[in-house]
Amino acid sequence: MKVTSPAFKENATAAIHDTQLQKALGNVETGFVAKRKKGAASLPEFEALRDSARDLKIHVLKHLDLYLEAYERKVIASGGHVHWAETAEDARRIVTDICRRLGAKTVTKGKSMITEEIALNDHLEAQGIRPVETDLGEYIIQLRGEHPSHIIAPAVHLTKEQVAGDFRRVHEHLAVDRDLSEPVTLLSEARAVLREQFLAADVGITGANFLVAETGTSIIVTNEGNGDLTQTLPKAHVVLASIEKIVPTLEDVDTLMRVLARSATGQEMSVYTTFSTGPRRADDPDGPGEYHVVLLDNGRSAMLGTEFEDMLRCIRCGACMNHCPVYQQIGGHAYGWVYPGPMGAVLTPTLVGIEQTGHLPNASTFCGRCESVCPMRIPLPRMMRAWRAREWEKALNPGTQRFGLGLWAFLARRPGLYRLAARIGRWGLATLSGGRGRVARLPLGDGWTKHRDMPAPEGGTFMDRWKAGERP
Amino acid sequence: MNARDSILSKIRRSRLSSPDDSARRATVTERLRSHPAGIVPARGAVEGEARIALFVEKAEAVFASVARVASSAEVPGAVAAYLRSKNLPQAIRRGEDPRLAALPFDTEPQLAVSVGPSDGHDLAGLSQALAGVAETGTVVLTSGRDNPTTLNFLPEHHLVVVSAEDLVGDYETVWAKVRSIWGAGSMPRALNMITGPSRSGDIEQTMLLGAHGPRSLHLIVVGG
Amino acid sequence: MTTPSPARRPRVALFVTCLVDLMRPTIGFAAVKLLEDAGCEVVVPPSQTCCGQPAFNSGDRKDAVALAKRVIAEFEGFDFLVAPSGSCAGMIATHYPELFADDDPWKARALALAAKSRELISFLVDDLGVTSTGARFDGTVTYHDSCSGLRELGIQAQPRKLLAAVEGLTLTEMKDPDVCCGFGGTFAVKYPDLSGAIVTKKCVAIEESGATTILAGDLGCLMNMAGRMTRTGSKVEARHVAEVLANMADGPAIGAAKTGE
Repeated sequence: MKVTSPAFKENATAAIHDTQLQKALGNVETGFVAKRKKGAASLPEFEALRDSARDLKIHVLKHLDLYLEAYERKVIASGGHVHWAETAEDARRIVTDICRRLGAKTVTKGKSMITEEIALNDHLEAQGIRPVETDLGEYIIQLRGEHPSHIIAPAVHLTKEQVAGDFRRVHEHLAVDRDLSEPVTLLSEARAVLREQFLAADVGITGANFLVAETGTSIIVTNEGNGDLTQTLPKAHVVLASIEKIVPTLEDVDTLMRVLARSATGQEMSVYTTFSTGPRRADDPDGPGEYHVVLLDNGRSAMLGTEFEDMLRCIRCGACMNHCPVYQQIGGHAYGWVYPGPMGAVLTPTLVGIEQTGHLPNASTFCGRCESVCPMRIPLPRMMRAWRAREWEKALNPGTQRFGLGLWAFLARRPGLYRLAARIGRWGLATLSGGRGRVARLPLGDGWTKHRDMPAPEGGTFMDRWKAGERP
Repeated sequence: MNARDSILSKIRRSRLSSPDDSARRATVTERLRSHPAGIVPARGAVEGEARIALFVEKAEAVFASVARVASSAEVPGAVAAYLRSKNLPQAIRRGEDPRLAALPFDTEPQLAVSVGPSDGHDLAGLSQALAGVAETGTVVLTSGRDNPTTLNFLPEHHLVVVSAEDLVGDYETVWAKVRSIWGAGSMPRALNMITGPSRSGDIEQTMLLGAHGPRSLHLIVVGG
Repeated sequence: MTTPSPARRPRVALFVTCLVDLMRPTIGFAAVKLLEDAGCEVVVPPSQTCCGQPAFNSGDRKDAVALAKRVIAEFEGFDFLVAPSGSCAGMIATHYPELFADDDPWKARALALAAKSRELISFLVDDLGVTSTGARFDGTVTYHDSCSGLRELGIQAQPRKLLAAVEGLTLTEMKDPDVCCGFGGTFAVKYPDLSGAIVTKKCVAIEESGATTILAGDLGCLMNMAGRMTRTGSKVEARHVAEVLANMADGPAIGAAKTGE
C-alpha cells in the first residue's frame, strides 16, 4: 500500500471539507464512544481486568521467544504447519506458495489488518489468484478499491448511499428497481453474493486475535460469522498472525476477551469467538484439510527493548481512534497507511519509517483520551512524544519550528532576558490588538489566527506587576 | 540462519540480560502447566436457578431466543414449535451427538430430521452445546461428527440444546471441562463460543442481525 | 469559609506559568488571593520562567531538561509548588521524573518536587479542604475539563465543587466537557485546520449549553476557545475558573475589549 502519510496535512484538510465523510464520521462519535462507555460500565471488574490484561501482555513480551516455541510445538503436534516470516515479502511468498500448490483460484478472507500490512490482496491478484474479502465492511471497500479507514470498522467512512451505489455498479444481476435504500437490504444482497464465494473458495485466509501457546490454538473474534465460513469450508485454512499475538493459556484468553469487545464495540462478548487447533481430524465431517500459521515479524522484534515495546501489547480494539478528537475529524485514510489513529501514529513509523510518517506522532493534542480508554493501558501519548524526540534528534521537523522553540528555550533559561522579551511581546500584541481585545491576524502566527483570534494581553506582565508591589 | 532462528534470536537478544535463561524457561513452563486464572467476574458466581436466569438474561440481551423445557423428551416439541413460529418447514439437520440421537423425535411425526454436516442448503440446524456460560449468555460448541461445525454457521436458524447441568458461571469452568475431555494442552479442532446470532454494524453502525452466519439463534435449556 | 488550622501555615511557591505572566496576570493575582484566603503563605520565586513543556512535547529533551533543572532548584525548598494550570502542574508532577535517568542525582530531586506540585483548584479542595471561596458571580457558566488536568491529575469534581458554592452562579454542563478543545500547545499552530475543526466543535457545544461564560483551569485552552468565539462573534465570555472563585471576574473577559476603549 502506498504511503501517503507525508501529505497528512493536505489529507486532513481535504477530509475536514468532505461532507460525505463528515456525515459518516458522526457515527463513530455517537456510536463507538457511547457503546464503549456502556461496555465498560457493564462489568464492575473492568478496570481491574485492564490492569491484569496489561500485566499479562508485559509478561508475554518478556518471554516471547519461549512462548512462540511452545506454541509452535503444539501446532505441529495437532497436525498444523508453522511458517516464519521475517518480512512482508516472506509472508506473501509463503501464502502464495500454499495457494499455488493447492491450485487455488479463489481465496476467501476474514478481516485481517495484517494482510493489509503486507498488501496481500495486490500480490495474490498479480499471481492470478482472486482474493474475496468477506467481512461486510471489507467487502464494500474492496468493491471500491479502497483500504480500511478503521481497524475494526473498515467502511466506517462511508454512508449507506455510497454503499448502495457501489452495489449497483458491481452486482450486475441486480434489478433496477431493487430497493437498496437501507442497511438491511444492502446486507441481504452482500450475504447472498458472498455465500456463493464461501462455498467456491479453495483457501481461506484469516488473521488471529490471539495464539495460545498452551494448546497451539489460533483465535478469531468476529460478529458476522464470515471468518468461520472462511476457515471451515475450503481445503486449507491459512492463519496470518504477527508474533506478539501469543498468549500463554486459555485462562489468559479469558482476561483479554473480557476487555476486547467491551472496548471495541461495547459488546460484552463478540458473537463468534472461535478457537482453531490444527486441520480436520480423522473422523471430522467438516473443517479444512490443511492448517497453516504464518508468524510475521516485520519489524516487531526490533521494537522489543525500545521505548516502543509497550505498543506490542495492542489487541487492535480501535478504542483509541474512536475516542481521538483528531481521528473523529478526519477518519482513517488521512493518516496515509494501514493503521490510523493514535495506535497508528505510534506503530506506522516503526513499520514504514519516521522519515515518511513524521506528521503522525505530531498530529495529536496529547489530550490523553486514547490512553484513558486503552484496554491494555498503552501509554500512547508517551510513545508519540518518543517519536517526536527521535525526529528532533534527527532534525526532521521544520526549521521554523526548531528555530522558534530554540529561541524561546534560550530566553527561558535567562530570566532577565526573558522578562525583557515578555515585555516586548506583550507590548507587540497589545499594539496589534489596537484595544479591541484581540488580534485577528498575527504576523508569523497565521497558523493560530487562521481559524481564531489571538486574545490580547491584559496589561503588564504578572512578574513586573508583582515586583512593583501589586497585590490582590 | 533460517527465518525462524533469526526471529527467535532477535527476540532473545533483547530479552536476555545474562546467558542463563533457566529462570525464564521455568516461569514459562510453570505458567503453561498451572494455567492460573485471572480475574473472574463475580457475576457468574451464582448457582442453580439464579445461574439459569443469568444465562437466559444475557442470551436474550444479545438477541438470542430461549425456550426452557423440563426434560429432553420435550425438546422435539420445542424444535417443532420454534420452526412453526418462524413459518419454516418442519425440517432440521443435526449431528450424531448421542444426546440428540436419543431425543424422541417420533413425538413430532411431521418433523424431518436429517443427520450430518451442512452443505449450505439447510434452513435450520440443531446442535448440542458442550456448555453454556451464564456470564455472557454464551454457548460453547465443539467440532466433530457429533456436532459438525458447518451446522453452526450455514443454516439460517441455529437451534442449540443446552442441558441445565452444563450451564457454568464463567469461561474458566469451560476450560476445566475441555481439559477433562481432551486432556491438558489439547483442544478439539474447533471450539466455537457463540453469543447471539450473527450480526454486523459495518454500514453506518446500524446493527443488523444475520450477516453471514445464522439470522437467529434459539437456545433450548433442558431441565434445571 | 473554611480554613485549615495547621501548626504552621504552608509555604506555597506560586508557579505563575508563562502564559499567565504574559497574557493574563489577573489569574496569578486570583491564585494568590485564593491561596492566602485558604491560609497559605504565598511566595513568588522571582526568576521563574517556563516549565519546559513546549520543548518536552516537541521532542527537545535537552532544553526540557535544562528548564526542569531550573524549576526544581528554584521551587524545591517550599512546602508546595502550585500552578493555576493543570497542564504546567502536570508537566512538573508527572513528567519531570521521566526526564532523568534512575542514576542521575536530579531524579530524586525531580521526584521530590513532583510529589509536592499541585494544580491550584485541586490543591484548594484536596489538600486544604476548602469547600467555599465565598465568591459571588451572577451568571450561567459551563466548565471545560482541560485534558492534562483531567487525565494526568484527576481534576474534574474539584472545580465543580467550588463553583457550586459560588453565590448567584448556575453551572450548566456542555456536551462532552471532557473532550479536548483542540489546543494542544504547538499543535494549534502546526495543524491549524485540524485544531480549528476541533475548537469549532467545542464552541458549538459551549453555545448549545446556554451558558454565557465558559470557565476552564488552563489559559492555553481558554485562549483557544475565546479566540474562536470572538472570531465567530459569539457573546460567550471566557474566564479562568480562579477569577470567578476569587471574586476577580469584573474586568474584561479573555479576548474582550477593555471597557471604555
